[in-house]
Amino acid sequence: MSDTNRQIDSAMSHENRPGRKPPFIHVAPSPHISDSRASTQRMMVDVIIGLSPAIVVSLYLFRFYALKQILVCVAVCLAAEYLFVRMRGKFFTLKDCSAIVTGIILGLSMPGSAPWFVGALASVVGIGIGKIIFGGVGMNIFNPAMVGRAFVMIAFAQLMGAGAYENVTGLVDAVSGATPLSALKFNGVHTGIAPLFMGVTNGSVGEVSAIACIIGGLYLIYRKTASWQIPASILITVALIAAITDIAGGYQGVFLLHHLFAGALMFGAFFIATDPVTSPLTAKGKMIFGVGTGCLIMVIRLFSGYPEGVMFAVLIMNAMTPLINRWTIPQPMGQREA
Amino acid sequence: MGLFRLKGFPGTGSFPHGIHPPDNKALSANMAVEVMETPGTVTLPLLQHLGVPCKQIVKSGETVSYGQMVGKGEAFVSASLHAPIAGKVKRNIKVTLPNGRRLDAIAIQAEGEQIPPERIWEDVRFTQWPRPKDCFTDYEPMDIVKKIQASGIVGLGGAAFPTHVKVMPNDTRMIDTLMVNGCECEPYLTCDYRLMVEAPEAIVTGALLAGRAVSAREIVICVEDNKPEAIRHLQDAARKTVVQVAVLKTKYPQGSEKHLVKAVLGLEIPLGGLPADAGVAISNVQTMATVARSIIKDIPMTHRVISVSGRGICNPKNIFVPIGVSLAQVVDFCGGLTPDAARIISGGPMMGFSFSDLSAPVTKGSSGLTILTHDEVRKAEETHCVRCGRCVDACPMNLVPTKLALAARYKNPELAGQYHIRACVECGSCSYVCPAKLNLVQLIREGKAQLNAWERR
Ligand code: SF4
Ligand code: SF4
Repeated sequence: MSDTNRQIDSAMSHENRPGRKPPFIHVAPSPHISDSRASTQRMMVDVIIGLSPAIVVSLYLFRFYALKQILVCVAVCLAAEYLFVRMRGKFFTLKDCSAIVTGIILGLSMPGSAPWFVGALASVVGIGIGKIIFGGVGMNIFNPAMVGRAFVMIAFAQLMGAGAYENVTGLVDAVSGATPLSALKFNGVHTGIAPLFMGVTNGSVGEVSAIACIIGGLYLIYRKTASWQIPASILITVALIAAITDIAGGYQGVFLLHHLFAGALMFGAFFIATDPVTSPLTAKGKMIFGVGTGCLIMVIRLFSGYPEGVMFAVLIMNAMTPLINRWTIPQPMGQREA
Repeated sequence: MGLFRLKGFPGTGSFPHGIHPPDNKALSANMAVEVMETPGTVTLPLLQHLGVPCKQIVKSGETVSYGQMVGKGEAFVSASLHAPIAGKVKRNIKVTLPNGRRLDAIAIQAEGEQIPPERIWEDVRFTQWPRPKDCFTDYEPMDIVKKIQASGIVGLGGAAFPTHVKVMPNDTRMIDTLMVNGCECEPYLTCDYRLMVEAPEAIVTGALLAGRAVSAREIVICVEDNKPEAIRHLQDAARKTVVQVAVLKTKYPQGSEKHLVKAVLGLEIPLGGLPADAGVAISNVQTMATVARSIIKDIPMTHRVISVSGRGICNPKNIFVPIGVSLAQVVDFCGGLTPDAARIISGGPMMGFSFSDLSAPVTKGSSGLTILTHDEVRKAEETHCVRCGRCVDACPMNLVPTKLALAARYKNPELAGQYHIRACVECGSCSYVCPAKLNLVQLIREGKAQLNAWERR
């Protein structure tokens, strides 16, 4: 910084106060105060707090399997961040906790049955290609956790696909069988809404409990760490499309609730899509982003070979973000009358 | 926000976006204005306002009396200077003001009999001001303007624009409303607040006179709702006059002209335009008090109230000081700096200039000193922008500060122009909220310069 430090002439105001050292005076541009509660680190800590209900539920349901996924991902993310940042010779960024956040989100988005090296590899790719290549936190275009997950999803289709969740059957007593979304998609089986809402179903370890995601998400919105526009517009869009399908197919509301509470929708809407770095800047842009994500989720869920669409939807919309930012340049106050 | 309407005005009492920094006014808000003793010397820079410097009309060695004109504002947008003390003109010198400008100045050494400064202050606090009827019959608009010009009055809120230019009657641009700005939205500063509490009569009278000069149909004094005392006193003083008091929501930067007009009248001043384009003239409360005194008592602008606050000063105070007294003397008057003082700011912490040379003088536009300690000062550990959009939510001009700053950092004036960089009023709200601690305002200032250079190419 361009601060110049100057010792104020003691004769000026301290001659009559012996024993006091004259103060050092800094010169810097305005403003001279800042919101002490706001820091990048604090935002990341907020996200970790917001994720904690989902973590607790995942540990309760998947026990050791959840713990393993989260720990492996966090540890490898931190190590990867350290290594890659060192390689680029940039200033050290572990302190901002963003790597921990990426690790937890990655861990929570893994199926419980995935071997440890899948999470580890996802972490390396997420941090390396998803983030550091672009220049570190704030510079990346894609959500790092989703980049890592997309990579392993393609590289280890067997270990990450629908089968991964079925293999888990018997893994833990509380949950068994196919994930609700694949059960619906491939077998036309509906899972009860109450189990979906509370989360005692199968799925990636962190995304099964809608209620845990909603509680954590509301905390993030309350802290203004996540904007309300993104989750709101995603959920409304998904609900609308699901409702139309519901009415058209005569599901009597089950289909709608199913799509709202099953799979990664809540987790994605509150914790993944809201990643500030990779979502648009303005309120209007955020709404466009959310509507786009919601539409893509439903398109993938309804028409593709995948039962779930949150990850790809978010990644595609991440790519759109620079464009959305450009479309939504706000008009400054006084512009219209000019 | 839209539900709340400002009583009697079309505006909502607020504006979109903006921030709520802790106001820290309690440090000095209850300190009644103290009068500073006549200093041994005063230093009067020849340019203390926006516009053309005034011309020195006294020679060194000459003896001047209190209130004598020493610098004449010859151009239209210029303001004259008057001696705040009786004394002898010393050799001409150069001074550097806190904003970094180096200027020619007249120095006057006190000599002979001085008018007690308490008496000058009592002239402001005086309560038997003539009321509407007298104001309207005794003074023609042009007479008021001429007297304001002769008294060297400039806006005392900080920008220091010559007041006579603002109140000059103009046939092509009619002024509907005179707005008197008592918002004082900068944290720490309390000089306007004290004046509203201690000399509301002078403010109301000055507003009536200035309103007469511009033939305003409405006169409204605007105060934020965190100053209930001031509102009460002004309402008492304004009773039975046409002057109204508008109570606005407390928000930074409510005192900005554009946001004041938006909050009270619901109008937007066009970009690059003046308040007059919206049919409004705006002046600060202390300016109005000075106008009242100069017109009715024939006293030129020689003193002002400043506030000295922050946890870096031993005794925060509001003081009535002669223009030209050195800031070091002001600091001494307030008990000196504390050992953990870290930054001295001319004005408030959001838009003021920090400096380290206390030999600079108080000028007409100095609203005060804010002296912050290490704990209060913004910490500058910069990280990358995390694109959280908080600066977008904070910007009262509805801009995208992070884009403006990045465009400046990567020297892309075209992009900066697309994102309307010129509309930035440099209020600092974006830097205040930024979790990455980016100095957005500083970058935006650079960006504006880049854009100008790029367009001149
Ligand atoms: S507030 Fe700071 S970190 Fe957030 S978008 Fe603006 S510049 Fe970036
Ligand atoms: S300094 Fe400029 S960009 Fe920043 S908040 Fe104020 S007007 Fe907006």
